[in-house]
Amino acid sequence: MIAEGGLAALWLAAVMAVLQLVLASSAVIGGRDEMARAVRPVAIAQGLLTALAMLCLILVFVQSDMSVLLVAENSHSLKPMIYKIAGAWGNHEGSMLLWVTILGLAGAAVAIFERRLDQRTLNATIGAQALIAMGFYAFLLFASNPFARLFPSPPDGNGLNPLLQDPGLAFHPPTLYVGYVGISVAFSFAVGALVTRDVGTAFARAMRPWVLGAWIFLTIGITAGSYWAYYELGWGGWWFWDPVENASLMPWLAATALLHSVSVLATRDGLRAWTIMLAVVAFSMSMIGTFLVRSGILTSVHAFAVDPKRGAFLLALLAIYIGGALTLFAARIGTVRQGNTFAVVSREGALVVNNLLLSVILGIVLIGTLYPLAAAGWGVQLSVGKPFFDKTVGPVALALVVFIAIGPLLRWRRDETQALLKRMTWPVAASCAALIVLVPFAWGAGILPLAALVLAAGLAVASVAPLWGRNLRRTPLFTWGMAVAHLGVAVSLAGMASDSAFTKETLAVLRQGETRAVGPYLVTMTGIRPVVGPNWSAVAADLSIRRGEGAPFILSPESRFFASPPTSTSESAIATRLDGQLYTVLGQPDGKGGWQVRLWWKPFVTLIWLGGGLIGLGGALSFIGRIRRRKRAVYDEYEEAVA
Amino acid sequence: MRRVLLWLPLVLFAGLFGLVALGLFKPADRTVRSAMVDKPLPDFALPAMLPDKPGVARTGFGGGKPRLINVFASWCVPCIAEAPELMKLKAAGVPIDGVAINDTPEAVQKFLDRNGDPFQRIGNDKASQVQIALGSSGVPETFLIDGRGRIVRQYVSNLQSDQVDDILKAWRGMR
Amino acid sequence: MSLPRSATLRSALIRHPGLVPGSAKRQATAYEIVRQALRPGRPRHKAGVTVVVLALLASFATPAMAQQAPLADTQLSDPAQEAQAKALMETIRCVECQGQAISDSNADIAANMRSLIRERIKAGESPEQVRAWLIQRYGDYISYDPPLGGATWPLWAAPFVLLVIGIAIARSSFRRKR
Repeated sequence: MIAEGGLAALWLAAVMAVLQLVLASSAVIGGRDEMARAVRPVAIAQGLLTALAMLCLILVFVQSDMSVLLVAENSHSLKPMIYKIAGAWGNHEGSMLLWVTILGLAGAAVAIFERRLDQRTLNATIGAQALIAMGFYAFLLFASNPFARLFPSPPDGNGLNPLLQDPGLAFHPPTLYVGYVGISVAFSFAVGALVTRDVGTAFARAMRPWVLGAWIFLTIGITAGSYWAYYELGWGGWWFWDPVENASLMPWLAATALLHSVSVLATRDGLRAWTIMLAVVAFSMSMIGTFLVRSGILTSVHAFAVDPKRGAFLLALLAIYIGGALTLFAARIGTVRQGNTFAVVSREGALVVNNLLLSVILGIVLIGTLYPLAAAGWGVQLSVGKPFFDKTVGPVALALVVFIAIGPLLRWRRDETQALLKRMTWPVAASCAALIVLVPFAWGAGILPLAALVLAAGLAVASVAPLWGRNLRRTPLFTWGMAVAHLGVAVSLAGMASDSAFTKETLAVLRQGETRAVGPYLVTMTGIRPVVGPNWSAVAADLSIRRGEGAPFILSPESRFFASPPTSTSESAIATRLDGQLYTVLGQPDGKGGWQVRLWWKPFVTLIWLGGGLIGLGGALSFIGRIRRRKRAVYDEYEEAVA
Repeated sequence: MRRVLLWLPLVLFAGLFGLVALGLFKPADRTVRSAMVDKPLPDFALPAMLPDKPGVARTGFGGGKPRLINVFASWCVPCIAEAPELMKLKAAGVPIDGVAINDTPEAVQKFLDRNGDPFQRIGNDKASQVQIALGSSGVPETFLIDGRGRIVRQYVSNLQSDQVDDILKAWRGMR
Repeated sequence: MSLPRSATLRSALIRHPGLVPGSAKRQATAYEIVRQALRPGRPRHKAGVTVVVLALLASFATPAMAQQAPLADTQLSDPAQEAQAKALMETIRCVECQGQAISDSNADIAANMRSLIRERIKAGESPEQVRAWLIQRYGDYISYDPPLGGATWPLWAAPFVLLVIGIAIARSSFRRKR
């Protein structure tokens, strides 16, 4: 019965979405204000109904109700509870339901909290939201019903893929989805503004928290996904330029650009058309990303269940939303009043360059990801991977780093080059110092990692410079947020460069008692033993590890075997130290008493994800700062200018 | 001019849409094919896998006599499905050489006892050296080598009966 | 019915929303086929069971501890050569698992290709010579670094074109010199 209840809630939510669209459009087009009053309650009802449907799905997973097809395919009664719950969205249907749930809740939140936007634009925005939601309801109800029954029902389920039985799963997809949905809200704002031709500072201020919120979640989602891949995959890599990874990176790049351009629009009323365009692009990227991932048209390590019918459905939605929005853009934006133009040497000038470079990176990633598909169209098989992206994205990203450092040191409106150069003294000094210190170590590692480390040092100093000499307790939170996020970029960049420049690898076949060195560590195989887990059995190696004269410690990488479904995985064992990580993986036995082990010493690799976390934290500080300021209703246009 | 440029994003999106739609509805063939077809067979020499059959070497090819190379393994299921087709070719007089990947003599002997032995010679390619040199990406694969020692055809996956006819026709034509 | 080749059978059928370590490959297939068999609209009885049995056979019949090629996971004694080989491996695409570089793959043929690369580098070949040799065998597919040529020049030109277009757009938002 719970499954049927969930399905009913989903249908009702879809009806609410239709109603919401009708009400909103009659309010906007027909000018019927009495309709507008009903829009909010309907949007709230839609949000609650989707949440109810999601709850029902989680419940059938918790109960291990094997008469529900989705549960039988993806769950198992012996699975730990947290993975039963996470299993609800660890599959196609469940994840799409999670998508519309978040979308519904976001729509409700817009209806409840958004009070500052012009009423007509708000109605148009809520109407656009309903239109997006309707497409996904249709997708769920007609092509991916999560509540479908299975008859006869099997005695037990198939189990969840062991790789997904990991805390990472519980949080990684929902985080990314919140990000995607947040972007869809920004998209709805853009559509609403295009409908009413009301693109200005008030619009930008209303949209900004949504963009910021979405961006925080995308940042955390990508960071967590990267770490998950890093320890789960067992090869020590954290980014593979794989199509599915690129699909998550592209919306983030667009959202990052949008976040900065919306700031310019809110503060200086410039970049009007560009900001609208970016909102559309950001949403297209999250849709295209979802499509690429779900349709399986690109070969990826992260393969998802593929179904051409679903792919076609997503593609149709993509065409309607993005095609529609771009048509609206072309038809309407010409009639929107031109925004302000800027001086080159100014905060907004640097932000324009930042947007330019981010967009170029986005374009390169998009073209690089899809190029093999185009080439296949004219009969050529080729591969585009890490070397291409390193060579093309790398230099542009480093140029971007320079502008990240410069931007916050500039004043809004107009600044003097001389003054900027003076403010850049310390950052440049830091870079020079880093260069001198690093050249002897990193010379052999190539120019890119070395340049990245040098620029990271400069950026780290430059990013905290806006806080310099200020009363820190009276500094607005969003200024703190900016400093922390930019510092995060420097930290993450340093981690990436350090990993690629200084990693030490040792591959060995070890028998009991044998020792090999990796980086500063001596690793001794002290034994091999069987391990039994709740739903797996494993072979674990005990590696005794010493660094210099320090006390030895034990790391136990495992080779696990899961019975349901029958799968084996390698569980890496990682020791985290202040200056890096020791990463150990157990491979196959050689049949003569030895076991293959892979050992890596990765200096400062943790900075990659620490930096990602700082970027997210910076976003969160900014977010809180903006919300607080909204509450106080202080709208001084130039207040955030660096005094 | 500006008005026309405003439609450019829509045009670009239409192109993108067309591309992914094509990818969805006419999925490209993902088989990795050898680039060695129409090129001379590379030089190689593999030791014998079984005591009673010679190994396979480049020198055995050419000289006016077309031959088949079958890349196989005893642990590969489609190779079992393919065995009867290879036996048909053997019966028609086509000389076939086997290249066994990642295998042991005992396992290969067992495989041949159970599924028939179409091979004149079997080479032990335990490190996939010859497989890689041929541009083969898995088992089973079959290569047709003409009388001048050139690779003329590659058949990926287990041979189908129409492919057997195709091979026979080509082989008779080359003799 | 054309059977999937064992290579594809083992690798192409893994479907899950996460990462696949090569080690999971063989058994994951059996699991996946069970899933396929469970889906509505597919024969759920005999055919499914047969396929499952076949898949299990395939998975257990694979050489569990195959005689690995000598240098698949053994580093070269010269660190400079090893670094060259390693860097090259990271840019060579696995022909079996397709979504991974051979340096990150547990597929047998990837291991054998690693060994081949180490042997050739050890014998004094340059990484680019080895790459060219592999491209001769498998075409451009094998290299994650697409060689500049007729089919790839638009790809390599794209970053520059994008930069030029971007600069043109950005210029319009700057004030003319007073």
